[in-house]
Amino acid sequence: MSKKVEKSRGEMISFMLNGAEVQADPKWSLLEAIQFYGISIPTLCHDEGLTPYGVCRMCVVEVGNGNRTKLVASCMHPVTGGLNVRTHTSRVIKTRKMILELLIARCPSSKKLQDMAAMLELKEVRFDPLNDDCILCGLCVRMCEEQMVAKAIGYAGRGMDRYITTPFDMTSDECRKCGACMFICPVCELRCQGPQAETTLCSGCINTEPVCASIYGEAMCFMVPCLSCIKKPEDVKA
Amino acid sequence: MKIDESKLDSIIKKYNNEQGSLISILQDIQVEYKYLPREAMDHVAKSLQIPRVQVFGVATFFKAFSLKPKGKQQIHVCMGTACHVRGSKMVLEELERKLGIKAGDTTQDNEYTLETVNCVGACALGPVVVKNEEYRGQMTPIKVESLLGTKIAKR
Repeated sequence: MSKKVEKSRGEMISFMLNGAEVQADPKWSLLEAIQFYGISIPTLCHDEGLTPYGVCRMCVVEVGNGNRTKLVASCMHPVTGGLNVRTHTSRVIKTRKMILELLIARCPSSKKLQDMAAMLELKEVRFDPLNDDCILCGLCVRMCEEQMVAKAIGYAGRGMDRYITTPFDMTSDECRKCGACMFICPVCELRCQGPQAETTLCSGCINTEPVCASIYGEAMCFMVPCLSCIKKPEDVKA
Repeated sequence: MKIDESKLDSIIKKYNNEQGSLISILQDIQVEYKYLPREAMDHVAKSLQIPRVQVFGVATFFKAFSLKPKGKQQIHVCMGTACHVRGSKMVLEELERKLGIKAGDTTQDNEYTLETVNCVGACALGPVVVKNEEYRGQMTPIKVESLLGTKIAKR
């Protein structure tokens, strides 16, 4: 990187992604480049229509060479030449699981978080559940400000006492009750009230026995694929 | 509450209507009213053309800003390590008992506001109580009565 050349717009720069040399637009974030090459990494506070915020840290990737590697949130990291990015090292996976564990301990009732736990094969949550209803991902605040241009909600307080609210905790004139904040909220949607509705971690259908079979038999299976079901997706469709 | 808008405008004008001077403006308003009235914050948001929720967020973020009206006399009890070791908790409890309020509250007659702080930087004098920016060192529950004066002792 010693020869630093001013890149003109649209000129691609190359970096290493999981051991392969790839090209990316310098205007992209690292996450966009990773997704462009079809590598799936979990994200939570990221949305294509909103400015990246970098708070959930689900999109961490390992950057650097040898012993001098560090974890960065890829949604906030710029694509620079000579980067050595690895998206699925053991350190990254361990960190992601830990982050998700903390998030689930805060909001065990969220479908999106539980689905993500199933996807990342999270087996246990070692923290006491808080049963909160907000993970402070900031999606609603950005949605309200950037897409709805209402700026009706924002943060109040600091640290542990931080929460999302309307000005002065009152019904505000700015709010048009469009519901975009609820649409984008990752924890508004409650998880399925299945056999383990009370536990902190339901782990989707990975950790459970296929209980639906005894109740519904072969009918009404809308989970394709169910992951725990003996049936394969093509069997269900037929 | 009635807010003198011309007073607010002169404060805002002092900072050239700059959005970046929000904290300084709020500080000046706090000096004026001893707390941040909601109407004043509304006016600031309108004048600076920033969302109201941003002003509210800044006002709640900093502990230096208060959204509740403060009493005429402000009592800060230091709860720092040195003061705590030397018994500031007992001093606070005695103050709470005497004033009939919890830490962070204001008496009903708007006379006293009792608050805790984490260190006032006078650890050698601990336990320290600051009454209207006047530092009282080596406080004990017995000295609380003389700190408050005779008026409150009748309660």
